[in-house]
Amino acid sequence: MKKAKANIDYKNSVIQIRGLYKSFGEMKVLRGIDLDLYQGENLVVLGRSGTGKSVLIKIISGLLTADKGEVTVLGCKMNQITARELQELRTRIGFSFQNSALYDSMTVRKNLEFPLVRNKKHLTRREINSSVENVLDAVGLSHTIDQMPSELSGGQRKRIGIARTLILNPEVMLYDEPTAGLDPITCIDINELINEVQERYNTSSIIITHDLTCAKSTGDRIAMLLDGQFQRVGTFEEVFENTNDERVKPFFDYNFIE
Amino acid sequence: MDTTENTNTPVKKNGSSFALKLGNFFREMSQINAFIFRFFKEAFMPPFEIKEVLRQCYETGVRSLTLISLTGFIVGLIFAKQSRPSLANFGAQSWLPSLVSIAIMRALAPLVTSLIAAGKVGSSIGAELGSMRVTEQIDAMEVSGTKPFKYLVCTRVLATTIVIPILSSYMALIAILGGFVNITTNEGTSYRTYIEQVFEPLGFIDFVASLIKAIVFGFTIGIVGCYQGYYSNKGTEGVGKAANGAVVTAMFLVFVEEIVIVQITGWFR
Repeated sequence: MKKAKANIDYKNSVIQIRGLYKSFGEMKVLRGIDLDLYQGENLVVLGRSGTGKSVLIKIISGLLTADKGEVTVLGCKMNQITARELQELRTRIGFSFQNSALYDSMTVRKNLEFPLVRNKKHLTRREINSSVENVLDAVGLSHTIDQMPSELSGGQRKRIGIARTLILNPEVMLYDEPTAGLDPITCIDINELINEVQERYNTSSIIITHDLTCAKSTGDRIAMLLDGQFQRVGTFEEVFENTNDERVKPFFDYNFIE
Repeated sequence: MDTTENTNTPVKKNGSSFALKLGNFFREMSQINAFIFRFFKEAFMPPFEIKEVLRQCYETGVRSLTLISLTGFIVGLIFAKQSRPSLANFGAQSWLPSLVSIAIMRALAPLVTSLIAAGKVGSSIGAELGSMRVTEQIDAMEVSGTKPFKYLVCTRVLATTIVIPILSSYMALIAILGGFVNITTNEGTSYRTYIEQVFEPLGFIDFVASLIKAIVFGFTIGIVGCYQGYYSNKGTEGVGKAANGAVVTAMFLVFVEEIVIVQITGWFR
């Protein structure tokens, strides 16, 4: 399934990355990354496992710090930001984790309330309940509100994880392997949800994946991460069609199912 | 040439390995200090997670109550039973209640309570936070603009610091009751006489020292469990290590603190 054209403002970039380097000991993971994420855009970062895709979004969200280079998120330079500013910035960024990272000891309701009650203290109980119900409705899981995470399926956990990030109305969404470990039908549901989120909440997103179906369904642009750098950036067709790059071709030949 | 290389290599390896271990030790020490400093910085600054502190107090306290009751009763009973023959040699069985109360108040109650708590509560904190770390739940809290340290660490450390002195006092009472059961069965001492003899040798310093010990032990158990869990890594293996490290380190530190506090109390006695 190919993605419908989104309303993207190519003059306004919400994330700018220039000359980003990151190493872990001797292992150089990112080697001079340059990237722009535009307002309203879904950008898919593709690459093999262990190429530093998740590291990239962890740097964007401030979970990791860059060794060198400049990362600007929603106008804030990550290497100059104070702890308080970072905390405020994070409320404008939604991060959907690979394994959902739902809080095991809390019900779905408590999971969703957790960031809300701590970041928006002026809200009344009624407003909190209404926000929780709205995001659960948006991900189509209203009936799970009083369930524990252990009672949910993998796809439901992903959806609740996305709902938890949506509750703060983020401007930027970061998805870490949103379809990893899910069956093909659930993958399609998640891909549709990512596009719905883009439309309904007007978010700009970076989607980390190695699933080409997900990339084609959700991405306005694809950035191919190879050897610590973006080797090819463009639309799905630009990146994969008519390419002779031996590092890119196997991805398309063996991974993609039309 | 070969010989030189062969003889030099192990020395060089040992040397660098020792330096590495020393470096790691000091790095860890500085990280622990920063962790404790961060606790004091964040625990007493608003917003306060009072509900979560109370929940943790319940988890720590109420769920340990059965074990503490049973252990306390047996400690008092057995201590009285085992001490009797030695006192009987001097015809001093009448001193048994005093001996039981001194041993329980000054050493056994805070120490045994803390060792039980280190095993039960410390390991549970280490495993829980370790599991939250490896499943990225702590990262998820961080990226949602909340403060996981305050919510997870400060609440648990405050809970153990509050609850362990209460458990220790409770254990002292139960152990004294255990001692009474043994003494009244053997010597026929009345409850009134027993209580009078129990409190007679105890001074204000004994109660204060026992309380301070329990507070220090509670803080140690909480901070060690949280530190081990909060910084655990290496997947499920890391969770096991965090739980194990929480128990071993906390028990070791409790013994060290016991020695230090006993020495300091001795100066005031």
